[in-house]
Amino acid sequence: MDVKRPLVWLPLAGFLLVAIVVAVALYAPADRTVRSAMIGQPLPAFNLRPIVSTKPGVASDAMKGHGPRLLNIFASWCVPCIAEAPQLMRLRQAGVRIDAVAIRDTGPAVAGFLRRNGDPYAAIGDDPSSAVQLSLGSSGVPETFLIDGQGIVRRQWVGDIRADQVDEVLAAVRDVQ
Amino acid sequence: MAQTTAPAELADTQLADPVQEASARTLMETLRCVVCQGQSIADSDATMAGDMRALVRGRIRAGETPAQVRDWLIARYGDYITYDPPLSAATWPLWLAPLALLAVGAWIARASFRRRS
Amino acid sequence: MIAEAGLAALWLAASLALLQLALAAIGLRAQRNADELLVAVRPVAIVQGALAVVAMLLLIVLFQQSDMSVKLVATNSHSAKPWLYKVAGAWGNHEGSMLLWVTILGLAGAAVARFERQLEPRTLAATLGAQGLIALGFYAFLLFSSNPFERLSPAPRDGQGLNPILQDPGLAFHPPTLYAGYVGLSVAFSFAVGALVTRDVGRAFARAMRPWVLGAWVFLTLGITAGSYWAYYELGWGGWWFWDPVENASLMPWLAATALLHSVTVLATRDGLRAWTVMLAVVAFSMSMIGTFLVRSGILTSVHAFAVDPERGAFILALLLLYIGGALALFALRVGTVREGTTFELVSREGGLVANNLLLSVILGIVLIGTLYPIVAAAFGVQLSVGPPFFNKAAGPIALVLVVVMAAGPLLRWRRDKAGEVVERLTWPIAAAVFAFAALVAFATPIGVLPLLGLSLAVGLAVASVAPLWKRDLRRTPLFTWGMVVAHLGLAVSLAGMACDSAFTAERLVALRAGEATRVGPWRVSFAGLSPVIGDNWSGLQARLTAERDGRTRLLFPQSRTFADPPTVTSESAIATVLDGQLYTVLGAADGQGRWQLRLWWKPFVTLIWLGGTLVALGGALSLVGRLRPRRREAWT
Repeated sequence: MDVKRPLVWLPLAGFLLVAIVVAVALYAPADRTVRSAMIGQPLPAFNLRPIVSTKPGVASDAMKGHGPRLLNIFASWCVPCIAEAPQLMRLRQAGVRIDAVAIRDTGPAVAGFLRRNGDPYAAIGDDPSSAVQLSLGSSGVPETFLIDGQGIVRRQWVGDIRADQVDEVLAAVRDVQ
Repeated sequence: MAQTTAPAELADTQLADPVQEASARTLMETLRCVVCQGQSIADSDATMAGDMRALVRGRIRAGETPAQVRDWLIARYGDYITYDPPLSAATWPLWLAPLALLAVGAWIARASFRRRS
Repeated sequence: MIAEAGLAALWLAASLALLQLALAAIGLRAQRNADELLVAVRPVAIVQGALAVVAMLLLIVLFQQSDMSVKLVATNSHSAKPWLYKVAGAWGNHEGSMLLWVTILGLAGAAVARFERQLEPRTLAATLGAQGLIALGFYAFLLFSSNPFERLSPAPRDGQGLNPILQDPGLAFHPPTLYAGYVGLSVAFSFAVGALVTRDVGRAFARAMRPWVLGAWVFLTLGITAGSYWAYYELGWGGWWFWDPVENASLMPWLAATALLHSVTVLATRDGLRAWTVMLAVVAFSMSMIGTFLVRSGILTSVHAFAVDPERGAFILALLLLYIGGALALFALRVGTVREGTTFELVSREGGLVANNLLLSVILGIVLIGTLYPIVAAAFGVQLSVGPPFFNKAAGPIALVLVVVMAAGPLLRWRRDKAGEVVERLTWPIAAAVFAFAALVAFATPIGVLPLLGLSLAVGLAVASVAPLWKRDLRRTPLFTWGMVVAHLGLAVSLAGMACDSAFTAERLVALRAGEATRVGPWRVSFAGLSPVIGDNWSGLQARLTAERDGRTRLLFPQSRTFADPPTVTSESAIATVLDGQLYTVLGAADGQGRWQLRLWWKPFVTLIWLGGTLVALGGALSLVGRLRPRRREAWT
């Protein structure tokens, strides 16, 4: 194939482009967290049965017309959820209402988890096949959503809320009040 | 730690209607498992993938089209969830690339051919 | 002691690589009396390769002895591991596989130094110099950032074990074969650089390069075929190709090498496509290196995940910039001095080969762009996934056009041909394809467009690929013609397998109690029960399945294995292979009510995929033997 002058630099240019892409990915790795696309959207409709006898289940309708609250996606089999428990207790003590969705869990296991790690929850819904989790665009446990008084999803925290994030969560809750 | 409940009902159970099952299966092959290292939900062992399969089968059984189920998931997870990137401002260069490559290739190849007299 | 000896061998090999580069560079710069220098490059390259082999063997000895004072052994092996996996475990990790990579690089250079007789001496010296330069960079990478012989103090009592999914005979075979292909392409790369340096691109260059390209391509084909089968039975969902980044990383060099293989033939036979052939030789090995980089940098997410380490990624990226960037810059600067060869008629064998090159390159471009696109999008804050639907839609139709070109190409005459006569020669293939299409539409259950066209074209291609043997004295047919026929037939066979798998697979997902039975395709599968099984370093459960079809029975024992170090559960599929396909069975989880989940697939003719791949490699091997025996070839034709 006859090669035109400027064309001979095309392969090098193409390669450098690839190298730049790769270098950027290497030095400034993009955030790989899978985030929900539901922020700013109304909470999808659901009605979960209670998983422990001492607490009510969770329904989306019940979240409208009251103050803001956190919706914590957790499971008794989830290790980071144990690490997160003290932070949720602090938030509870600061007056934040926390509802929970227990993923693929059983009543006795959740009751045991609450006994060991403290109980910050006002209500816990049973989500045996992650249906509500999927409808929220959540991809793992633990995750926490902030729902405002109109039932709109305002924020999402992926992974356990760490001790240094508690103030940020509190501020976010106050912001939507 | 073991997860304490059995897999979702439709995670590994086919739909009774073979046509619905086939369209569910085709859709599952294009959906990305959100907790795996780049696998579709149709070939992942992850429990979450099982729950997503159950969701797809359940919605298809209830009469939704595969496109509706896909859109429902995109509304929740963004384009990340599908291996078949929808045409948009962010993906048109990707979908245009094959045609562009063909055009450039043909243009380069043209030079090797003698003009017909 | 052994570890230190291995490290010493690596350092020595690195110094010799430097010497190899220096001798070639000085020898080529000197205007006269440099012959001794150029001649000396050969033995240096041979000893350098031998030292790399020594280092690799010493690492294998360390793994075999389970020497836990060596960090790599301690982190990747376990004394309770079966012998085969201890040996193969030497390359079941980042450092060891990099050493294997470099060993094959050294061996390839040594083989060129020892056996290459056709190339002009200055070009050969330049080639070996380039090979030395590449080796030097990768030795440096090993020594400075991925030392496989690093000691650990204090030595742990036992190792952490090999990733259980790698504990498979596939590990013993797949990486060495694939690497032989990847790195074998370095020879073509060095040839191209050598020829650009000495401005010696012509038919002799093409003839000299062709066997090396063929050899690397045979290994690459075998490696990809083996890897696909390994993933198929290991991952447990019946898939054999996922368009996963790591798979794409192995496909891209293969596509480039396949194009190169065909363009080098045009250059050797008709002295055309000079610049293009040099370009492809550079691109093929560049794709190998980019593939290696992508797999190891951790910037792509993959099922076949590897070591994730940005620092190492940066090191390889620097090497890539140096080698690929350097070669492409050299190409741009020098290609103007490469006189373009002859031009062709559109309808001619050359025209067919240009079309082949064009289509393969476009597919290569699609795979590259599709693989990297999510990274580009992520840099702009957009999360998206590019997977099988994109690749099938974008590359599938082009691949089918390529199949048509493949069918017609070998029946075209060199120089010029007449379209009407070509169609006439293609009567039987076209008839076969049309017949297959009609039969599929009329009798088969409705199948997708791509499998339908794929299967019809596969039938046509199969007929067309044996057509060059038609009315020919088969004993006097040259071996490389046989090679082409077998390789093209192999591709038809493989394509038929892919189309059959996607069109006719029957799936049965079911939860059964012991004693219950189910049906999948023509099989009746009954679940007799579970029994415990114990392996060397795992324990597990095994289902006893009896599969019946037409009065004949097969027993299958899919397993669920639990490994202690590291703690992992894997499912081992059990596959019954019969003449017309495979019954694929997997044991899943218990449902808590006494039933066990089973996944069963009947995959008609799926084995054709890998049989075809093996035929393609066999065809390449036949061609290689044919090309390496020029005397005999002349006697035949």
